[in-house]
Amino acid sequence: MPKLVKDGAVIDDTWTLLEKPEGEPAEAEVPTGAVIVPLSVWQAQKDTLAQRPDVGVWLDSDETADQLGEDAAHLPLVAVNFPVFADGRAFTTARVLRERYDFQGELRAVGHFIRDQLCYLRRCGVNAFAFADQSINLEEAAQSLHDFSEYYQASVDQPLPLFRRRAS
Amino acid sequence: MYIYDDHDHTILRQRVAQFRDQTRRYLAGDIPDEHFLPLRLQNGLYIQRLAPMLRINVPYGMLNSTQLRTLAHITRTYDKGYCHVSTRQNIQLNWPELEEVPDILAELAKVEMHCTQSSGNCIRNITSDQFAGIAEDEVIDPRPYCEILRQWSSFHPEFAFLPRKFKIAVSGSERDRAAIQVHDIGLQLVRDSEGKTAFNVYVGGGLGRTPVIGSLIREALPQEHILSYLEAILRIYNQFGRRDNKFKARIKILVKAMTPEVFAEKVNAEWAHLKDGYNTLIEDEIARAKSYFTEPAYEVLDDGEAQQALDAQAAESVAFGKWLQRNVRGHKQPGYAAVTLSLKPTGVAPGDVTDKQLEVIADLADAFSFGEVRTTHEQNIVMADVKKADLYALWQKAKVAGFATPNIGTLTDIIACPGGDFCSLANAKSIPIAEAIQRQFDDLDYVYDLGDIDLNISGCMNACGHHHVGHIGILGVDKKGEEFYQVQLGGNAANDASLGAVLGPAFKSEEMPQVVQKIIDVYVDNRNGDELFIDTFRRIGVAPFKERVYAKAS
Ligand code: SF4
Repeated sequence: MPKLVKDGAVIDDTWTLLEKPEGEPAEAEVPTGAVIVPLSVWQAQKDTLAQRPDVGVWLDSDETADQLGEDAAHLPLVAVNFPVFADGRAFTTARVLRERYDFQGELRAVGHFIRDQLCYLRRCGVNAFAFADQSINLEEAAQSLHDFSEYYQASVDQPLPLFRRRAS
Repeated sequence: MYIYDDHDHTILRQRVAQFRDQTRRYLAGDIPDEHFLPLRLQNGLYIQRLAPMLRINVPYGMLNSTQLRTLAHITRTYDKGYCHVSTRQNIQLNWPELEEVPDILAELAKVEMHCTQSSGNCIRNITSDQFAGIAEDEVIDPRPYCEILRQWSSFHPEFAFLPRKFKIAVSGSERDRAAIQVHDIGLQLVRDSEGKTAFNVYVGGGLGRTPVIGSLIREALPQEHILSYLEAILRIYNQFGRRDNKFKARIKILVKAMTPEVFAEKVNAEWAHLKDGYNTLIEDEIARAKSYFTEPAYEVLDDGEAQQALDAQAAESVAFGKWLQRNVRGHKQPGYAAVTLSLKPTGVAPGDVTDKQLEVIADLADAFSFGEVRTTHEQNIVMADVKKADLYALWQKAKVAGFATPNIGTLTDIIACPGGDFCSLANAKSIPIAEAIQRQFDDLDYVYDLGDIDLNISGCMNACGHHHVGHIGILGVDKKGEEFYQVQLGGNAANDASLGAVLGPAFKSEEMPQVVQKIIDVYVDNRNGDELFIDTFRRIGVAPFKERVYAKAS
């Protein structure tokens, strides 16, 4: 079974990720078992999929948190995809999901992000990391989660910017 | 000047440790080149034509003498004994070894300096007015705000992988000396109708291959909202800026495509979510930041007396008088003046300074200017707080050290990027062109009489030498593998910013001194009294220049 880093620990990945459908999203077949569906499939089949407790949604980098919107609050898992590691849109998507749409479930980075982005991703609210490259040593990679222990900015993990904490 | 507290030191130490580990893993073959690229860039390290280049941030241009001495030590120990002041007020090393960069960063961190985000697709070093805090036309000192922005932008978790680089400049005076309208974001500090501190926000300016003057999208934004408003802008850009084409990825392209009005609407809609959140600045923080930029211990002096003595000295020595005229400017404090040390003597690459000179500057700063200096985007050094009574002594020392060329703001105070001698992106060299022009205009009195002329040179259309906003702009172009130079006229970086118009077909390098000479001749022939070059150009237009420069030899 593939592995991932979640909340700092290396664990089995029990979810499967459904690729974007080639045909109509409404007709895409969603398998049973824990599955992460593309946003288009979720939108097309929301009525049935929302009945299931084991359906998550993934957003590609050109899809915004607003497109999932209020739905996020009811989902157990949302994933943000990195088509390439330098595509930094997922950082914003993650933060908006947490801060604006009050998403409390597992927020997972998927695709081609790199270990050296883990700390910032964690700060933006991502708590699970499923690397596309399965050869990566996850224990070692997880060390980068805490490259910094102090920060200037407000973010998901520390809503108070340093200047407010300095002042108190 | 800002002084780090434990938090600042902790954060910077962690950054150095992070990059040390990344470098180790890279050298061990655990990080591929492609992944290491943004990591090293965001720590200031480029791989250049001949060697790596390390860009050290000088936040809003401020340096103290301890930092200058550390820079001298670094250039001596890790490099070839000289460095370069860039057009964004930063310091560049030309020959560091990758293996030693973490050590250099550690040495810098000890004196509260860093290379954080000095390159890469992230928020770059904040630039400002070199006369901040002392200018007679200053409305609000921009430096406390620059420092607040430096902290906000450093290691920002959301905006480290933007579509492209992102530059912010802040000005707090009536005359814009920070070229804010050619930055991704330009911030103009103003007083609102109630006299409160606020910002005019310009967005989408920039040079490079598509030069654009920024659009004013928000007037009089109350100061407490600056961080949330900037986050809204950055967030729109991060989500919707183009990522498919590097040359269309700057925010100016997005603003243009959306139109400034629609862009502003989007920003406002995003800002509605962020406004009044934790990022709202609090009084304590503004006061804390301001507390580091208080006035130094000025003596109470009689300005009239000081000026009289100065006038007498100037009457004695014409050379000193010229230096006063060009390299010294007024100060809001009676009896004081600001001095610009010229890094543009003929024969030295514009902005280059040696380890020994850095130490001399440190000594001069300690002796004459409260131990501080500023770098300028014109690639010179400013000593901001010199007593008028000390000017003669300072001039003599500056002369010995080679800093007293009385050419500030003149034709030979050339802005030039490193160009083909160093930069791997260059189409053509810039430094030898600068030198050839300086040699053509070696008559100081003549140059002096010409008055203010900005001549800017870039080695390629990335425009690091800001050629679009030079009164005379020179751009290196490549024609079938040969180096050519295109000339533009009429650019201007001040409040009435404008972009230069191309004169015509490009020239060979050896033609350039004569081309500039002809341009100057047309100016002199048409000049009314003391009229400035830019004003003459605006009055008579490009045609007479074209005619003379391209006239067939008869
Ligand atoms: S303008 Fe071009 S040649 Fe000059 S430093 Fe910039 S990238 Fe290099």
